[in-house]
Amino acid sequence: MIAIIDYGAGNIFSVKNALDYLGIENKLTKSKDDIENAKGIILPGVGAFSWAMKMLRESGLVETIKEQAKKKYFLGICLGMQLIFEKGYEFEECDGLGLVKGKVDKIIEPDLVIPHMGWNRLEYNIKDCPLLEGLGEEEYVYFVHSYKAFCNDENVVAYCTYGNKIPALVTDGKFVFGAQFHPEKSGNTGLKILKNFVRLSGEVY
Amino acid sequence: MLAKRIIPCLDVRDGKVVKGVNFEGIKEVGDPVLCAEEYNRQGADEIVFYDITASYEGRGVMLDVVRETAKKVFVPLTVGGGIKTVDDIRETLRAGADKVSVNSQAVLNPQLIKEGADIFGCQCICVGIDAKKTAENKWTVYINGGRVDMGLDLIEWVKKVEQLGAGEICLNSIDTDGVRGGFDIPMLKEVVNAVKIPVIASGGAGKLSDFADAFLRTDCSAALAASLFHFKELTVDEVKADCRKKGIAMR
Repeated sequence: MIAIIDYGAGNIFSVKNALDYLGIENKLTKSKDDIENAKGIILPGVGAFSWAMKMLRESGLVETIKEQAKKKYFLGICLGMQLIFEKGYEFEECDGLGLVKGKVDKIIEPDLVIPHMGWNRLEYNIKDCPLLEGLGEEEYVYFVHSYKAFCNDENVVAYCTYGNKIPALVTDGKFVFGAQFHPEKSGNTGLKILKNFVRLSGEVY
Repeated sequence: MLAKRIIPCLDVRDGKVVKGVNFEGIKEVGDPVLCAEEYNRQGADEIVFYDITASYEGRGVMLDVVRETAKKVFVPLTVGGGIKTVDDIRETLRAGADKVSVNSQAVLNPQLIKEGADIFGCQCICVGIDAKKTAENKWTVYINGGRVDMGLDLIEWVKKVEQLGAGEICLNSIDTDGVRGGFDIPMLKEVVNAVKIPVIASGGAGKLSDFADAFLRTDCSAALAASLFHFKELTVDEVKADCRKKGIAMR
């Protein structure tokens, strides 16, 4: 079973819909037991960084997530990806989950529209990352965000370009992954990435 | 690089797809969920459902359509038509829409844009605008499906919409809608220059080259069409291939 963490953030149903469509056993949950028993964990999210961390803390899940992400595959999506870093600066400085080194701050591109919204092309940085299996050279995925990760190049699986480079898919090099884009809204490319994640985590489908 | 988007729109009444010509003489055809799946296969970058049902019961049917589509189609879904309150927005997003498009109600109650953007994020508030030319480089905003002239200047309105927190504008030209002579380039240009948020061109696509034309002649972010795709005169992939051939970034 893949646990989709339900901490009150919007739009979690689309992640569930995508896993259901792929025939993958999954559960929307805020229970520690479910997260501990899951083969893999997905942390979705739309909203503000500090609000989401507050919700996670109130659900008592921060320690569980930190602990579980050391031994099973974890995928943060959009805000869920941003939360895996050490700090966020949306409205106020706020501690993140600290699973990957780096911080999250505003995208500053005076000549460009913010939010960065729409389909952008993945530029691979770690080509042999198992989440990219089966993807071609020209793959577009769907982004909606106004903040981005600032982190080490060695943690970036793929970038996209919007003025400057934006980390699109990141990893701690072990179990933790984060997608700034929405794989559940990125057509077949996104579904392939979700399948790859599920296969990695050892869940059968 | 951010790709330009091609967006097929499905006008839905009582759970069935329809398409009006200049908002009148509405013809009815098809199951919206099947149509959305087909557009998804063709490579649609986003799908818009425009609910033209007036009744309360009809809204429930529309939400069922969204729910079913969201289980099978994994690209962004936008739902417009009849959205009047923050609760309507919440309900629509919960059913599986990624964005809502507010039109008449935004003109009648501009605070709806601000409230919606504050609660749900600006990225999910698209403001739909129907406008008609009154003089050279002058347009006014209409509501109620293009029937009522509000005497509101288009450029003033788009600036206000942006300032209230809208994430996007879907700009429909009443003059070119249904005429199939191409998008309203002068109107698009003025609006794109007036705001920083993405602008979707709507109304007037009649042939393959109209889409690339809009992208090459204006900085619009996306182009939307309904009947052209619906009556299978063109497919989304044909349109995208033509744009790609002309050097426009496409998914």
